[in-house]
Amino acid sequence: MDNFISSFIRISNNLVSLNGAPFFRGSAGEEFEGFIKQVYKSLGITYSTFYKMDNLSKLGFIAAEILLNTEKKIGFAPEKTGIFFQNSSSSLDTDFTYFNTIKDKENYFPSPAVFVYTLPNIVIGEICIRNKIKGENSFFIAETFDPEFMEAYVEELFAHELIEYALCGWVELFEGNYEAFLYFVRSGKKLSENSSVKAKLHSTETLKKIFTE
Amino acid sequence: MDELISKLKEQIIKALKLEDVKPEDIDADAPLFGEGLGLDSIDALELIVLMEKDYGLRLENASVAKTVFTSIRTMAEYIQQHKK
Repeated sequence: MDNFISSFIRISNNLVSLNGAPFFRGSAGEEFEGFIKQVYKSLGITYSTFYKMDNLSKLGFIAAEILLNTEKKIGFAPEKTGIFFQNSSSSLDTDFTYFNTIKDKENYFPSPAVFVYTLPNIVIGEICIRNKIKGENSFFIAETFDPEFMEAYVEELFAHELIEYALCGWVELFEGNYEAFLYFVRSGKKLSENSSVKAKLHSTETLKKIFTE
Repeated sequence: MDELISKLKEQIIKALKLEDVKPEDIDADAPLFGEGLGLDSIDALELIVLMEKDYGLRLENASVAKTVFTSIRTMAEYIQQHKK
């Protein structure tokens, strides 16, 4: 049975777009930290853990928050939802931040709060905690977003009925440059229960198209 | 003591990234963990780093640390008694 993409989000260049339409535009010239805080405030949520996250987690968390708010209106089962991300810089941005706390032997104060973010899959953990998602998850490192791989990997899990929903995409951040592209996949079986949802076929071609939209 | 408590409140807000919290929101006698500020285990480790970095006090005994980190007032009392 075919599976479908019911929504997608992109965050880059101080702009958030949802399903191809502008959702939030940040102030011109704003650095990432200021921009992502503006988006967080605009959502009107209170989640103090957000401020403790590293920048990669903040990026993935906000993208997921907006996308899943849309998906919650349709409904999905968190315990049957998987998360599958890719990026090229892993957690290198935070690795450098941590390194700066330990490189000077005379001023050696490693930060535990920074250290916990020196793995890229922590962003997945933050999203799972927030949304009580308990399905499979993986964070892959690739030079660029790889739609063929992502589509095949997620389809395999759907085929084995290990998941019924998947939050997938690209979450990249390094030295102030950032790009998030997330999309939500629903199994065809689940989608047929809600025929009012406008969805695109989960295919490599669709992913290539909406990635550049 | 009041001055040290005020300074500690500001240091804790900065070190633990409590952006939505103002110094005047924090009760010096409220529990740091559980209720009160609701800090977690990573915050506890950051407080240990703060005590060593800013006050030169190394807390190596877990039971001592548990007592010291009861509230901001107990932290201030410990600093006042042990600061070299």
